[in-house]
Amino acid sequence: MRRRAVPLPAMALAAVAVAAFALPLVALAVRAPWSDAWRHLTTHEARQAFVLSMETSLLATAVAVVLGVPLAWVQARVDYPGRNFVRALTTLPMVLPPVVGGTALLLALGRRGIAGQYLDDVGVHLPFHVSGAVVAEAFVAMPFLVLTLEAAFRSVDTRLEDAARTLGASQWTVFRRVTLPLVRPSLVAGAVLCWARALGEFGATITFAGNLPGKTQTLPLFVYVRFEGADPAAAIVLSLAMMAVSLAVLLALRDRWLGLR
Amino acid sequence: MTLAARVEVRRGTLQLECELTANDGEVVAVVGPNGAGKTTLLRALAGLTPIDAGRIELDGKVVDDPAQRTFVVPEQRRVGVVFQDGQLFPHLSAVENVAFGPRSAGVSRREATARAETWLDRLGLAGKGGDRPSQLSGGQAQRVALARALASDPAMLLLDEPLTALDAATRVEVRRDLGRHLRAFPGVPILVTHDPVDALALADRIVVLEMGRVVQEGTADEIVARPRSPYVAELVGTNLYRGTATSGVVRTDGEGTITSATTASGPVCATVHPRAVALHTSRPEGTPRNVWPVRVTHVERLTDRVRVQLAGPLGIVAEVTLAAVDELGLREGAEVWAAVKATEVDVYEA
Repeated sequence: MRRRAVPLPAMALAAVAVAAFALPLVALAVRAPWSDAWRHLTTHEARQAFVLSMETSLLATAVAVVLGVPLAWVQARVDYPGRNFVRALTTLPMVLPPVVGGTALLLALGRRGIAGQYLDDVGVHLPFHVSGAVVAEAFVAMPFLVLTLEAAFRSVDTRLEDAARTLGASQWTVFRRVTLPLVRPSLVAGAVLCWARALGEFGATITFAGNLPGKTQTLPLFVYVRFEGADPAAAIVLSLAMMAVSLAVLLALRDRWLGLR
Repeated sequence: MTLAARVEVRRGTLQLECELTANDGEVVAVVGPNGAGKTTLLRALAGLTPIDAGRIELDGKVVDDPAQRTFVVPEQRRVGVVFQDGQLFPHLSAVENVAFGPRSAGVSRREATARAETWLDRLGLAGKGGDRPSQLSGGQAQRVALARALASDPAMLLLDEPLTALDAATRVEVRRDLGRHLRAFPGVPILVTHDPVDALALADRIVVLEMGRVVQEGTADEIVARPRSPYVAELVGTNLYRGTATSGVVRTDGEGTITSATTASGPVCATVHPRAVALHTSRPEGTPRNVWPVRVTHVERLTDRVRVQLAGPLGIVAEVTLAAVDELGLREGAEVWAAVKATEVDVYEA
């Protein structure tokens, strides 16, 4: 087979694009204080931020799965008026500036927020609290799960579900034993994307949950504060670590669940 | 086990309106062209598509009657379905597929697996239980689908084009096995197919569905001998004319006439077997009562004979020998004479 000739300008521009993506990564690696790296990663504050980030991002993912799986199923399978509007609404956090999301959350769920004032009465305080960080992360990250999963639910052949029902399976059994296993790769991929987004959440978290070390100061906030302030070296090391985690997640996704299998 | 159904369903442009009954020990085939409403009928019986009007009774129990607001969901109907292309669960092994029904009915995993293995054995699939559907051949997958439907112990078995997806050789084999299992099935088996060979080979009674209506119903022999619609006539490979008879002379709904040796009068169907049509290069002298000029529109070679489609005052299909094709110069556009003896024209009430 003859190789197709690749137009030179396209190659050149593509190379520029790749360089634009690679350069910051290289810069981080070049400027990182490698000899001190381990110490920066293991300071009390860094570990605190790391643990907090893990906790909040995993909880946010759990929230997204519990609410997002039914939402994706309804969006894929129930034909109701306003479905497209609901889809736009639930996708909005993906395109909204996170700071705007955080502000909106504060106005909704803050102490004097339209819903928050009642939550306050029953003793639920979200803003400037760990739970607030979870809410902010879930708000921003859930669309990644919902969109991935809705497409997956749509692609399931409903005749398989029909077959299961004629075999005596209730609707719940059909969902549990047929539909869910069939969308499992997408569920995993969606959950991982959602988790990665939650882990990197900054704007909504700092606006809604604040920046309290040990309470709501997640890794991205920690990196920002250190870089602006006392310890840029620590910020660089932790940035590099987060970038490595993100890259690993993407590679794992590509190999196992996405792209050409 | 009995089925008594009057089904009315509107789906898009299809208006299905038909009655279907079936009893124990008889295999019923619903035959019809694509889009006739066969699959819709089957889905209605299984409870996968609720009917708009009518009533479906299984063993005297009403399972769907919109007027009475009665609707039994598919999982409680005990209707087994073998779907087109099998529809095996791709994430489960063959034995897990077959065990799915018993498991849903609350049977323990061990017991369900044992039952599933018994069914796989019966269908000649011993040792294939661990395979995923993607590892099975088309014929094996279809047997697994049959085993899966039978393992949940249904009262009625519905088969939607069970052989269509198979290649010719596998088809013959699976058809033979299917026939055996349909005979042995203790409930009502209903087969839906567009292939007359499957219907004639497997069914005791054939129901012909066209554009949502039943156009004919009868045993295989009756259908073959006396087709009542152009579709059925084509299925069984004969020439059918509908028209009005006066003392045995049939004026067809087209413009031709055809003379039979009967004294029939009134609205009738007339059939002429393609082998009873004789072709000549010039107008034949003598006995045949039906002689008319025709033009060859299509020549199709079968194994040992040739089917010739002819247009003329009365369009007809003839079946002739290979030698005759050469001798008469039969090719598209050739002009010849067709002759049919009056005694070869079968006339019956429409």
